[in-house]
Amino acid sequence: MKKVVSCLLSVFLLALTIAAPAQAAVTVADNGYDWERFKGQDITLNVYNWGLYISDGSDGGMDINKEFEELTGIKVNYTTYDTNESMYAKIKSGGADYDVIVPSDYMIGKMASEGLLAKLDFDNIPNMALIGDQYKSRDYDPNNEYCVPYTWGVVGLIYNTTMVDEEIDSWDALWDEKYAGNILMFNNSRDAFAIASKKLGLSMNPTSVEEIEQAAEELKKQKPVVQAYVMDEIFDKMEGGEAAIAPYYAGDAIVMIEENPDLAFVIPKEGTNYFVDAMCVPATSTQKEAAEMYINFMCETEVALANCEFIGYSTPQVEAEQLLPDELKNSPIMYPSAEVLANTETFNVLPDDLSAAMDEAWSEVKSYDEGGNALLVPILLVIAVAVIVIVLWRKSVKKKRNDY
Amino acid sequence: MKLKSKICAAPYLVWMVAFIVAPLLMVIYFAFTDKAGHFTLENLSGLSQYSSVFIRSILLAAIATVICLFLAYPLSFMLSRLRVNKQRIMLMLVMLPMWMNFLLRTYAWMTLLERNGLINSFLGLFGIGPFNMINTQGAVVLGMVYNYLPYMILPLYTIMVKIDNSLIEAAEDLGANLFHKVTKVLIPLSMPGITTGITMVFVPSVSTFIISRMLGGGSNMMIGDLIELQFLGNSYNYNLGSAMSLVLMVVVLLCMSVTNMMDGENKEGGVI
Amino acid sequence: MKKMSFLSKAYMVLIFSFMYVPIAVMAVFSFNESKSRSNFTGFTFDWYINLFRNDMILSALGLSLVIALVASVIATILGTMASIGIHSMHRASRTVIMNISYLPVINPEIITGVSMMLLFVVVKNWMGGKVFGMPTLLIAHITFCVPYVIFNVSPKLRQMDVRMWEAALDLGCTPVQAFFKVVLPEIMPAVFSGFLICLTYSIDDFIISYFTSGTLQTLPIAIYSMTRKKVSPEINALSTIMFVVILSIILFVNAQDSRRQKKSSARRS
Repeated sequence: MKKVVSCLLSVFLLALTIAAPAQAAVTVADNGYDWERFKGQDITLNVYNWGLYISDGSDGGMDINKEFEELTGIKVNYTTYDTNESMYAKIKSGGADYDVIVPSDYMIGKMASEGLLAKLDFDNIPNMALIGDQYKSRDYDPNNEYCVPYTWGVVGLIYNTTMVDEEIDSWDALWDEKYAGNILMFNNSRDAFAIASKKLGLSMNPTSVEEIEQAAEELKKQKPVVQAYVMDEIFDKMEGGEAAIAPYYAGDAIVMIEENPDLAFVIPKEGTNYFVDAMCVPATSTQKEAAEMYINFMCETEVALANCEFIGYSTPQVEAEQLLPDELKNSPIMYPSAEVLANTETFNVLPDDLSAAMDEAWSEVKSYDEGGNALLVPILLVIAVAVIVIVLWRKSVKKKRNDY
Repeated sequence: MKLKSKICAAPYLVWMVAFIVAPLLMVIYFAFTDKAGHFTLENLSGLSQYSSVFIRSILLAAIATVICLFLAYPLSFMLSRLRVNKQRIMLMLVMLPMWMNFLLRTYAWMTLLERNGLINSFLGLFGIGPFNMINTQGAVVLGMVYNYLPYMILPLYTIMVKIDNSLIEAAEDLGANLFHKVTKVLIPLSMPGITTGITMVFVPSVSTFIISRMLGGGSNMMIGDLIELQFLGNSYNYNLGSAMSLVLMVVVLLCMSVTNMMDGENKEGGVI
Repeated sequence: MKKMSFLSKAYMVLIFSFMYVPIAVMAVFSFNESKSRSNFTGFTFDWYINLFRNDMILSALGLSLVIALVASVIATILGTMASIGIHSMHRASRTVIMNISYLPVINPEIITGVSMMLLFVVVKNWMGGKVFGMPTLLIAHITFCVPYVIFNVSPKLRQMDVRMWEAALDLGCTPVQAFFKVVLPEIMPAVFSGFLICLTYSIDDFIISYFTSGTLQTLPIAIYSMTRKKVSPEINALSTIMFVVILSIILFVNAQDSRRQKKSSARRS
């Protein structure tokens, strides 16, 4: 036994020594910012970000969190979510206390109005100056109090050219019977409803419950042709040729096309969603200053550049944008033309009643079952009756036996 | 002395009330209130539009349970008739996958069932397929069967080991054929194992939200998914989620009392 | 005994391959050079090396082990004490307590998780401050573990001869002494197996932790977040390692068992 243990231990230790990775230290701009003021205080920062939304050192890029830890001595507890709404649920319920989160535009507005976000102290985030002006002072944060833009982009259709012969240019493709079973769909309410609304020629920002219901009906109609509702699972499915068409964010499309050149990306003619994701600090954060330092670090030119190249989303950081390789800078996916951008809409904060209606409608869409009901109920009834009959029959048999 | 040792249970009793009873009361409280905290029945009556999810969950779980029973029953019997040291090894083999995290086990099937996955490429060698296997209800049932099969085998095995071979031989001598041996001897004797197995497979199956999400593609929602959606997912609504949990709890208790009924009379009847 | 027929042997092979083929496939593909999940392109250890470099997995594993150990120890102590207390109670109150203890066992895990989350949220709203995290995770794990200890220890207590305890008292032991010298050694195997059950359930638990962990990530939660992204073959490597570890533990325990059996049978003869 001892031998086994020591053997296992040595293997484990060996693995650890192999694991010591080569580090390329980041150089931060020298502008008098004190990165080391929290060193030795044993602070842990809880960062809650989208999945696959940071350069983590795989593919030989920069491991941003590790660089931050080494520079500042602050430990980063990095966890991920896959939709704005699930992040909101976790924060709103008080189920977790995070220090940095990265919601999208409409969610920032909603959370700010509900008092879930802390006002940032921009003295601690001098790099805010490097963010392009067109990304500031937008509707969801008119006075630039709550957020620092992280990325922006548009939503479009990703399709596999080996499975789709025609030129796709419309959201209608997601309802096309031809591709039944080969279509993936957003697994979050706001994006899914936006596509349905656009298909119907409505705005992505519904103004009445009727509009939401119309979109919900459209989504229910789509359900039979949908193979799966996905978020980041889309990477494997599209890269592996598991599905033909899927709507997703432009940045991720770049990454997917890199992996699988058969894929193509198109922005539908009906218009699409333009989004900005931005870093915020929840009101419950106990490490606000350290959180602001993290946000500032993310806006460092070198960091933003490495991040942008890795995740494929367009960066609002001006210096990083200029340093991008030409193929990305001129990419119509990462930086769409002015006409395309003119035909986009941003999500507004929905009033409470509409947002509740959308949540409910989403549950309904997801649980909707086309035609299956008519058959299921009787089957279940038959089973229930059968169980009861068997039980009763057994009882009577037993009684008879006991009577003898 | 008796008094003193009763005190030992005090810490647990406090714990039990605080962390078993109180949370369940919370579920009941939230199920019957609206967001402002006023009493309402809307949450429960609003559930009718989700009846298809409930029915689908119960149906899929029932199918998985039946399949598990049919797969496990012969196997458990065979196991129980092996030599003792062989039994130990086989039992270990049954339990081994159970110790592995069920997320990993389910993930394994994800990669197998994909359109370009191993099964389809294997079948492709013979010119068959490809089949749509992942993201279907069948895949969900398969996931349940795979994950919970040991929960059916173990109780069945435990009860069958105790069945004396001579009873079966006696039935044989008295002219019973295979069908009668099974229905008149084996099944009545193994009833407690069957009922335990059924509950142990049905309850986790009906409430799962991982298997349906990983293998069902999010379009084959189950009660578990729906509940998760209300608490940590897209439709943030505690009150509705609590109402769903309450109904699920009732479904489970109902199922257990039915199986208990089948089991209970056996004990009273005293077959042996 | 009669020899097994060919048919039943084939059946057993079939079922066991159903149970093991997926695991075997994962193990094979953990050595696959490319990320492909259906074509084996070449042999590599890279995914194992990556796994040991993956801080998220390593820290999640550490947390899981700590939680499991602490929760199991507390649950075992709490449960053993409770069993002793319950043992000396009247039948009626005993039934009530046992039935309530049964709830976390029979209730679907998701309900236990959700209900605890509701409780913690209410407590948090009432008291404020940081509630979710280590404390909630521990409380949740202890709560679903204790019943298993009780159900393990109680039958053993019932089997025990009360006269032993009385004799110890007659011979001048204090009740505490009598407990540690007479009762505890008698029920120790049950206590220990209860502890082991707690350990495995706690390490394996995903659903309840998912609702109560706050910002923390236990190993199953980390695995879950891995399966929801671009899946890396690291996950295959992780499964393979877990399988090998479990297999060796079980083999070791079994070998120990059979050695003990041999010894005792040798002594008898």
